[in-house]
Amino acid sequence: MKTLGKSLGRAAAYGRRNPKLVIGMVFILLLLLFWLIGSLLVDLTQSQPISGLPDQSPSLQYLLGTDSNGRDLLAVMIVGTGLTLRIGILAGTIGLGVAVILGFLSGYYGGLLDTLIKGIVDVLLTVPPLAVLVVIAAMRAEAITLNYMIVIVASLSWMLPTRTIRAQVLTLRERAYISMAKLSGMNNLEIIVKELMPNLMPYLAAGFVSIAATAVLASIGLEALGLGPQYLPTLGMTIFWAISFSALFRGMWWWWLPPVVIIVILFVGLFLLTAGMDEIANPKLRKTM
Amino acid sequence: MTIIYLFKRVGLFFLVVWAAATLIFILPRLATSRNPIAERIGQTAGSAGYLSEGVDEMVKAWEAKFGLDQPLWKQYLYHLKDMINFDFGYSLAFYPSEVRELIYAALPWTICLFGMATLISFVLGSLAGALLSWPTAPRFLQYLLPFFLTLSAVPHYLLGLVLLFFFAFTIRIFPLYGGYSIGTVPGFSFPFLLDALRHSVLPGLAMFLVGVGFWSLQMRGIMVMGLEEDYISFAEAKGLKGNGIFFRYAVRNALLPQVTALAISLGQVISGAILVEVVFSYPGLGTLLLKAVSAFDYNLISGVVFIIILIIAAATFLVDLLYPVLDPRITYHRSTT
Repeated sequence: MKTLGKSLGRAAAYGRRNPKLVIGMVFILLLLLFWLIGSLLVDLTQSQPISGLPDQSPSLQYLLGTDSNGRDLLAVMIVGTGLTLRIGILAGTIGLGVAVILGFLSGYYGGLLDTLIKGIVDVLLTVPPLAVLVVIAAMRAEAITLNYMIVIVASLSWMLPTRTIRAQVLTLRERAYISMAKLSGMNNLEIIVKELMPNLMPYLAAGFVSIAATAVLASIGLEALGLGPQYLPTLGMTIFWAISFSALFRGMWWWWLPPVVIIVILFVGLFLLTAGMDEIANPKLRKTM
Repeated sequence: MTIIYLFKRVGLFFLVVWAAATLIFILPRLATSRNPIAERIGQTAGSAGYLSEGVDEMVKAWEAKFGLDQPLWKQYLYHLKDMINFDFGYSLAFYPSEVRELIYAALPWTICLFGMATLISFVLGSLAGALLSWPTAPRFLQYLLPFFLTLSAVPHYLLGLVLLFFFAFTIRIFPLYGGYSIGTVPGFSFPFLLDALRHSVLPGLAMFLVGVGFWSLQMRGIMVMGLEEDYISFAEAKGLKGNGIFFRYAVRNALLPQVTALAISLGQVISGAILVEVVFSYPGLGTLLLKAVSAFDYNLISGVVFIIILIIAAATFLVDLLYPVLDPRITYHRSTT
């Protein structure tokens, strides 16, 4: 108990020095809570079309009103928040996996492989992600599933973290303790997992958040173009429907404003989280922010 | 050594363009379940009654006409040739317009609006960021920064949606949609340009507000680290004036990483611009892309996507060429990072 209290106290002290990290976490936690509590209290089947009267303004029965297809927008927001968080977590995991493997291969082994990976990263960084995603999504004959979309947005969000990890590995692998580990008979894989990985933890965590943010941004962008999973009430699809049904010009603020607010909270949260993690990974930044 | 850098950079440019052209070739052929010709003829035959007679022969004939009966490598070479010539064929959704004409009509809108918005937010943001790191900076900038930083995390098009609601729907000072008023004829007359300008304020503002916070934060970070360098102390010791040190020593050195960041961010910026156009129904490439996607007009999709990638590759190339000009020290030896 005592040690727990102590580490909590230390965490609180650190939080005071790095308020961005704390506020960012709070924002993301708020969304998680909204989704959790909402799923318990609200009937989520109401997020499907024609579950209520269309075009209702907010009332006691429909707290956020309904859209022109008769979806209860509160239920839509809860389901959509859950789906968006899922996209972020899964795409972040996939993307980080790719970034770690390529970054370590490139930075640790070097040589031809390094040139190749660096070239691919450079080319892909120049290509606007949304343009490629649109082609991939539009080519699909059937309606896109959520998992398919997660894979395609993850496939274009790993480049910058790969670059960071590679640069870090390049500087770390020349350190004395790595030579020491080599002399003591560790093989390459052991060195990567036991010596390099722990030292890169802050970068990996920051990489995860940045990939998740890029992937969510891309997925909501695709959805807003109508290229998302058509049958799922995601936040981006809600914006797409709101634009297609001219909700803005019909004064139906309850249709387009809630997804905008949730997305803004999510992105500001992720942004603060990234900034806070950068401070951990890169102490030089502390004075500048 | 600059020559080698130039060759490498030109090489990268062509690599990107080639990758884009190849991608556009490969992706539709991966979706083997769909044969666009058979689908199209099937639809037409269906609408004319159930005449399935001769459909197979027709599909074959059209495939020969489009060169689809050729071996794959030949098709690929033809495709590359078409891409180089900007020949994307006819648009299916706007037949008989050619994809090329549609793109030529949309291109100036996108380039003018978003090129300008990016440039303005880059210049003003960098200047504000530089000032923020300076001891004698105006105080109001410090209060503005958190506000603009928050905005920089918001996707462009969502901010556009909110701006549209406030400035076009609630207080009606700006037009609701489009790039010019209905009934006016696009041309280089003064009233038309004024009209177009009025329509571009809100989408431009959305791009600007999101960009400016990012650039000022980044610039401030670079400046603060640079201010500790010896050359700044030396310049002060020489008795140079504050302004001279600020612009000629501090800002000039900080601009280098800033320009690199600009080159990297262009791809993201155009992705945002595409969606901003959709929100405002602005007559540029983004809106064209949306129309192409919703009509499954494959020729138009690949044309627009190819042109977007080409523009970004060209812009990144130009920015990178600026780099050695800004920094005379750069000789482009092989570096490790």
